Amino acid sequence: MLDFLKEPFIAIQEFFLLTGRALRNVLARPHYGDDILMQMDLIGVGSLPIVILTGLFAGAVMALQMSRALSQYGQVDQTGTLVSISLVRELGPVLTALMMAGRNSSGIASELGSMKVTEQIDAMRALGTDPIQKLVTPRMVATATMLPLLTILADFIGMFGGWFVARFFLDLPSQQYWSTVWRALEWNDITQGLLKPFVFAFIISLVGCYYGLRTTGGTQGVGRSTTQSMVAASVLILVVDFFLGKIFVASAS
Amino acid sequence: MPQDAPNPVLRFDHVTVSFDGVPALEDVCFQAFEGESRVIMGATGSGKTVLMKTALGLQPPDEGTVYVFGEDISRMRERDLFQIRSKIGMLFQESALFDSLNIEENVSYPLLNQASIHCPPEEVRPRVEEALKFVELEGILEKFPSELSGGMRRRAAIARAVVTQPPLVLYDSPTAGLDPITAQTIMALVVKERDLNKTTTLLVTYRYQDGNLVANFRYNPENGGLEPAATNSGSSGTRTFFMIMREGRLIFEGSQAELEASHDPYVSKFVKQRG
Repeated sequence: MLDFLKEPFIAIQEFFLLTGRALRNVLARPHYGDDILMQMDLIGVGSLPIVILTGLFAGAVMALQMSRALSQYGQVDQTGTLVSISLVRELGPVLTALMMAGRNSSGIASELGSMKVTEQIDAMRALGTDPIQKLVTPRMVATATMLPLLTILADFIGMFGGWFVARFFLDLPSQQYWSTVWRALEWNDITQGLLKPFVFAFIISLVGCYYGLRTTGGTQGVGRSTTQSMVAASVLILVVDFFLGKIFVASAS
Repeated sequence: MPQDAPNPVLRFDHVTVSFDGVPALEDVCFQAFEGESRVIMGATGSGKTVLMKTALGLQPPDEGTVYVFGEDISRMRERDLFQIRSKIGMLFQESALFDSLNIEENVSYPLLNQASIHCPPEEVRPRVEEALKFVELEGILEKFPSELSGGMRRRAAIARAVVTQPPLVLYDSPTAGLDPITAQTIMALVVKERDLNKTTTLLVTYRYQDGNLVANFRYNPENGGLEPAATNSGSSGTRTFFMIMREGRLIFEGSQAELEASHDPYVSKFVKQRG
């Protein structure tokens, strides 16, 4: 009767098994340092352009839209506060993670999926390497390192985008904008803003690896895995973001 | 099994493997002894590839036991399986070379990663070159698999499978999708590897002429070609057995003469009379 639940439950179980094995492998030998560095380059450095553009326009549009709300209270000079809090707490981590899900979850899923359908994963096991150790763990470690750094970058670029709008469209003095940006932030915001990308990094890398490694059905299957991984990673990011936000709001009050 | 009999290199004991309840291998029993060649034939989906992957420990059996070099690998942990796998060479159906690595890195991969192969770093390159020379593929160390033709990829994959000089080599459809001339070259390499390194060979194929070649020809190191293995006494000289699979079951096992004498309509479909 509850057969329809079987498949999702097995999928969740497999996902957590993969997560467990990938985490255990972080400390286990052999370490593939070269693979970690290569993935950091691909995932981190390769994402710089989209992260910079996303951050810039997210900050700019926040300043633009919030000034409309703030003008109702005659508080346009507080634009920096809103831009700063919303970027550091929400938009920086979430938008960066969503862009990374689109770029890297799907990229990982299609790469590992192609390897799976052309028997390269089997060949890897046949030739003495654990695919989780060699493929999953380096991607997880690389994403967990790079995503918080990219998020910090996106936050700063976003503040700069906000400054551009505040200075040239809202005619706010630069000094006032930057001082409101600075004073708005509390430690709680910073911790939250850095913990979120760290958690999202695991979602992005592991969801991509999970869908990649379970690919079947040739090139068509690779396409399916790619799409599924991106959708699953994006939805999970938004769901987890809500709960993390809730925990932090509760702990702050 | 009597105690004084030699240990089989590979032994399947009532092995069943299923995927989602559908059996891909059903109650398969056979043993392969050192120096033997086994030619496995069957229609697509008859379980030939699954049999190969089960022998390599990539696919654990649901029932029954698989022994490789006398060790039960059916319930072995992946870490321990790496020890066993380092003594087996495997050529995958579509070559399965790593796209992201060049040919040198591909061929050196087992030397650097196999558990029990302790190859000193300075010997890696000479051994890679030697393996590529063996498959008559030189001067392509820096190329990537995507830059090679299908036949060259297959040869590079053979080099990767035999670079560690494993005593047991499994070939999954080495000639599939190749033109007859290239297929002949690949089969000559299979025979060459068997005769020069005295390996036990399992060969999956659709083509009867591949099996015929393995059974009746041997490598002549003097002129570097193949020659008929038949001795004056009339025996074929190579210890070759044929196995026919049908829907996961092993329905025939025996010598070439027994195969050709079979009246089973499914079995005889795979047999063309020697011409």
